[in-house]
Amino acid sequence: MTQSKLTEKVPTSNSEPAYSGATARTDNWWVEPLLVAIVFTAFGIYATYRAFENQYYEFGPYLSPFYSPNMKEFFPDLPFSAALLILPFPLAFRATCYYYRKAYYRSYFAHPPGCAVTWFKRKGYTGEFDFPFNLQNLHRYAFYFAVPIVLILWYDALKTLWYDGGLHLSVLTLVMLANCALLSGYTFGCHACRHLVGGHLDSFSCPENKHSYKKWQRVTALNEKHQEWAWTSLISVAITDIYIRMACTNPSLAFQLF
Amino acid sequence: MPEASTRTATLKVYRGDREKGEFKTYKVPVEAGMVVLDAIHYIQQNFDPELAVRWNCKAAKCGSCSGEVNGMPSLMCKTRMDKFRPDEEIMVQPIKTFPIIKDLVTDVSWNYEVNKRITPFTPAEDANWTFYQEDIDRVQEFRKCIECFLCQNVCHVLRDHDRKDTFMGPRFMVRTAGLEMHPLDEADRLKFLKEEGHIGYCNITKCCTEVCPEDIHITDNAIIPLKERVVDEFYDPIGKFIRGVLGVDKKKAKK
Ligand code: SF4
Ligand code: SF4
Ligand code: FES
Ligand code: FES
Repeated sequence: MTQSKLTEKVPTSNSEPAYSGATARTDNWWVEPLLVAIVFTAFGIYATYRAFENQYYEFGPYLSPFYSPNMKEFFPDLPFSAALLILPFPLAFRATCYYYRKAYYRSYFAHPPGCAVTWFKRKGYTGEFDFPFNLQNLHRYAFYFAVPIVLILWYDALKTLWYDGGLHLSVLTLVMLANCALLSGYTFGCHACRHLVGGHLDSFSCPENKHSYKKWQRVTALNEKHQEWAWTSLISVAITDIYIRMACTNPSLAFQLF
Repeated sequence: MPEASTRTATLKVYRGDREKGEFKTYKVPVEAGMVVLDAIHYIQQNFDPELAVRWNCKAAKCGSCSGEVNGMPSLMCKTRMDKFRPDEEIMVQPIKTFPIIKDLVTDVSWNYEVNKRITPFTPAEDANWTFYQEDIDRVQEFRKCIECFLCQNVCHVLRDHDRKDTFMGPRFMVRTAGLEMHPLDEADRLKFLKEEGHIGYCNITKCCTEVCPEDIHITDNAIIPLKERVVDEFYDPIGKFIRGVLGVDKKKAKK
């Protein structure tokens, strides 16, 4: 795409002799991006393995979040793992999330690996302006799909409280409920959600916008901790799935309280 | 009588211009409450009156004394000497992204050129000037900017990729956000943001937010909300269609 020039004069950054090497920072700036890369990679490997495993995801009323909603109920003859029909949606949501973008642009793309750390100098750099990264602008569509998925996960967790005609509670149910709470905090603190409920308005005080203002304040409160919600909910999804996988082979691990 | 200082700090300060220069080492006595700018002033007064540094307030309010201390973009007057280990060498550089004039002084005039490109505040003729706090909260955060240009300096798009030809940088997205979210402003800067300021070049990696001495949530409160507004206009055909059918015009949503 053609790009119009912003200013007549275009200065360039300083280099030698005032600047040399990637950075003059003396702190351990590389620890955070490295940890992020390790955890993302570990999660990615585990999730891929589980998506293809195609077993140990359901027992009794319990269903793993990786396989929910259970597409096998709709397509019993599915020749591949039902998780493959579900996971693209949360994957798209997280991959285009404003927080995760920051995390993986730093950890995987090193653009930049840390602040004031130069690894790449690309004359033609266009960030999220050109294809494929301009697809990040579709994040709100991923949000539209993420909302029903969270609601379905709440349904999955709540239905483990009531089955066989009686009320039950297990440690596994509590883990599933906690996972839903964390996923809700993450999903409803999304920047796209913040914009849609009220961020797009310029006036909060006029009477017809008061309601939007309230919603915007609530989403903003979640949004301020979006990074924390992103991490805790990622880990809780993994823990919930690992727990269900273990309990599939040994149901006593669900620890029925009553 | 000044009390005998308990320790001496070693500063390595850049002396020179864009083409020629070197780091010179100075020993400076450290006093309680001292900041890096004090150490630079000590060098000027005691060793080298020609050392060039720009400053005005020494209170982190004028935005003049931006530099890089041990590689971190920061205000020299807000960087305390007691944050460094006693044996640590403190390296002081001019900011990297804008051309060095002399020693620690850089030419940041490009920023003022970018600023001129932004359509200024444009209220309606018959605007009602009664303000409500909930309308102005968002905008007030952006007004805290002291134009230190540390965010412009650290932004990798300007610093590493040198896209000063096309990218306006975080400081000017902050200013644009303050105008776009202003309840009385009538102008539309979304096309400018996308096609001239190239907000899309920002990959929201948040270094601007990390260095802002005014703690403005540049990325979360200015850039991302603006990106979402640009999406409304240019990347969300379904939403735009629905708003069209419902007859929702955002600028009309104002009083
Ligand atoms: S978040 Fe965007 S504007 Fe801020 S430093 Fe990063 S790329 Fe630059
Ligand atoms: S936004 Fe913050 S870092 Fe950027 S110029 Fe203003 S005060 Fe400085
Ligand atoms: S989910 Fe993170 S910004 Fe939308
Ligand atoms: S001298 Fe004014 S901000 Fe440092």
